[in-house]
Amino acid sequence: MTSRQWAKISTFQKFRENLVVKSLLVCASISVLTTLGIIFILLEESLQFFQHVSVFEFLGSTEWAPLFEPRSFGVLPLISGTLLIAFGALIFALPIGLGIAVYTSQYAQGWWQKILKPVLEILAGIPSVVYGYFAITRVTPMLQFLLDDVEVFNAASASIVIAIMVLPTIASICDDSLRAVPKTVKDGAYALGARKSEVIISIVVPSALSGILASFILAFSRAIGETMAVTLAAGGTPNMTLNPFEGVQAMTAYIAQVSLGDVAHGTIEYRSIFAVGLVLFLMTLVMNLLSQYIVKRYARKYE
Amino acid sequence: MTEMPSAMSVKNQVMPGQDRLMPDRENRSVFKVNSERRRLKERIFTSVILIATLMALLVLVYLITSVVIDGGNRLSWDFLSSFPSRFAAKAGIKSAIFGSMWLGGLTLIFSVLFGVGAAVYLQELANKNRLNQVIELSISTLAGVPSIIYGMLGLGVFVRFMALGRSVLAGALTMSLLVMPVIIIASREALKSVPDSIRMAAFALGASRWQTVRDHVLPAAVPGIATGVILAMARAMGEAAPLILLGALTYVAFVPEGIFDGFTALPIQIYNWTSRPQQAFHELAAAGIIVLLVFLLICNSAAIFIRYKWGSKK
Repeated sequence: MTSRQWAKISTFQKFRENLVVKSLLVCASISVLTTLGIIFILLEESLQFFQHVSVFEFLGSTEWAPLFEPRSFGVLPLISGTLLIAFGALIFALPIGLGIAVYTSQYAQGWWQKILKPVLEILAGIPSVVYGYFAITRVTPMLQFLLDDVEVFNAASASIVIAIMVLPTIASICDDSLRAVPKTVKDGAYALGARKSEVIISIVVPSALSGILASFILAFSRAIGETMAVTLAAGGTPNMTLNPFEGVQAMTAYIAQVSLGDVAHGTIEYRSIFAVGLVLFLMTLVMNLLSQYIVKRYARKYE
Repeated sequence: MTEMPSAMSVKNQVMPGQDRLMPDRENRSVFKVNSERRRLKERIFTSVILIATLMALLVLVYLITSVVIDGGNRLSWDFLSSFPSRFAAKAGIKSAIFGSMWLGGLTLIFSVLFGVGAAVYLQELANKNRLNQVIELSISTLAGVPSIIYGMLGLGVFVRFMALGRSVLAGALTMSLLVMPVIIIASREALKSVPDSIRMAAFALGASRWQTVRDHVLPAAVPGIATGVILAMARAMGEAAPLILLGALTYVAFVPEGIFDGFTALPIQIYNWTSRPQQAFHELAAAGIIVLLVFLLICNSAAIFIRYKWGSKK
C-alpha cells in the first residue's frame, strides 16, 4: 500500500469516525431531550390548568372533585392518599427488606445464597398489574376476614402489595452495601468478643447506613410512583383519612382514572392530570436526588 | 483452669449480691449470666431474619400458586386464539398477545439502537465536558421517574405533537424512552468490565477509537448488554401505566397490521379484566397473568443463563 492510499483511508476514516461519534452523541442526547420533554409537557399543561384554578386552591383546598359539580381542585386528598399507602408499605417493607439483606449478605452460604438472589429478583420482575390482581383477589379478602370494617377498596391492601413489590429493591441495595463493609472491621469486633448478631447490629449495619438509607428513600419514591396496583386495590375515591382500611385515591390512580375515561383533550379535567403529574414528578425527583446525595455524601470510604 | 475459681471468688467478695445469681461452683464465671442472655438474643436475631427471608419466598410461591389455581382452567387454545368479548366464556387474548409482540418488537429495536448507542458514547467515546455531565445527570434522573410520567410525555409528544395517534408506534416509542435508562446503565456496566488491555492492544495496532469499540470492546461486552436488554424488555412487557395514559384501548377485536394501528397489550387486558367485579373475569385475568408470567420467566431464565454461561469468563 502506498502512502497515498493510506492518506485516503485516513481522511475517510476521520470522516467516518466523526460521523459515528456524532450520531452516538445524538443517541446519548435523547435522554436529555426526554428529561426536558417531561418538564416542558408537565409545565405547559399545568400552567394552563393554573390559569383556571389558583395555585392556592390547588395546594390548600381539602376537596378533590374535578369530575362533578360543584368542582373543587384541592390536591391534598390525593397527596395524603399516596402518602398513606406509601408509608404503610414502608412500615412492612423496611424491616423485612433489611432483614433479608442481612440474611443474604451475612448468613446464607453456598448454593442457598446463589439461589436466593435470583428468586428475589423474580419477585422484583413481576408486573405491578399482577400485584393489583393479588391485592383484590387475595389480600383484601384476607383483611376482611381478619378485621371488621374493611372496605372493598382500601389503602392497607395496596400498602401490603407495594411492600412486596419494593422488598427486592430494598433487599438488593442493602445487600450490596452490607457486603461492602470490609472483613477487617468485622474481625475487629469479633476479636473483642462480640457475637455475630452483635457484630451485625452494632458494626455492620451502622457502617452501611448510607446505602440502607438510600434504599429506603428509593423504595419510598417507587411506592409513590406505583400506578396499577394502587389503582386496582385502593380505589378511586379521593378521601383524606388516616384510616388504612378505607378507600383512598392516590395521585397515580387519579391520572389513570382520567386517562381511562372519555375526557376530551384541552378540558380542565384533562389538564388537571398534568398538574397532579407535576406534583408527583417533583416528589419523586426530590426523593431520588436525596438518595443520590446521601450515597455520595455519607458513604464510608474504606481503603 | 486452676486459678480461675480463685479469681472468681475474689470477684464474689467484691460484689456480694452476685452469689444469688450464681449459686453453684461451676457457673462462677463473670460472663455466664450475660452470656446466656446473649446466646438467646443471637438465636432470636438469627431466626427473625431467617423468617423474614422465608416469608418473602413464601409470598412468591403463594402468589404464583394462587394465580395458577384461579386461571389454570381457563387456559386453553381457545383462550389464546380468541378476541376479547363481553361474554367471559368466549373471551380470549389474541389481540393482547399480538399487540404485546408488536410493542415488544418495536421497543426492542428502538431501545437497543439508542440505548446501546448512548452507552457506547458515554463509556467509550465521550470526553469529560459540560454536555456529557448534563447527559449523565439526566440519565440518573430519568431512572427514577415513575412510569406513568413517561405516559404523559408520550401522550404530549408522540400522540399529540407528532400526531401518531394511539398507535403501536407511539406506544413503542414511549416504552423505549422508559427502558432506555435501564439499558444504558446495564450496557455501561458491561462495557466497563471489558479490560483495558483489549483497548490498548487495538490502539497499538493502529485501530481508531470507533474501530476498537466496534471490533473488540462491543463483542466482549455483548453478554452483559444482552442481559440488560432482556431484563429491560421484561419490564416493558409488564408495564401498563404508560399505555393507559396513551389511551391504548381496552377492547380491541383486531390484530395490528402496521405500526400506525391501534393496539392493546397483555397487562392492559389483565387490568381491564381484574377491574371488573365478576368472578369469571377474574379467572380470565389470572389466565392472562399466567401467559404474561411464563413470558417473563423465559426472559429471566435467558438472562440468568447468559450471565452464567459468559459472565464468569473474564
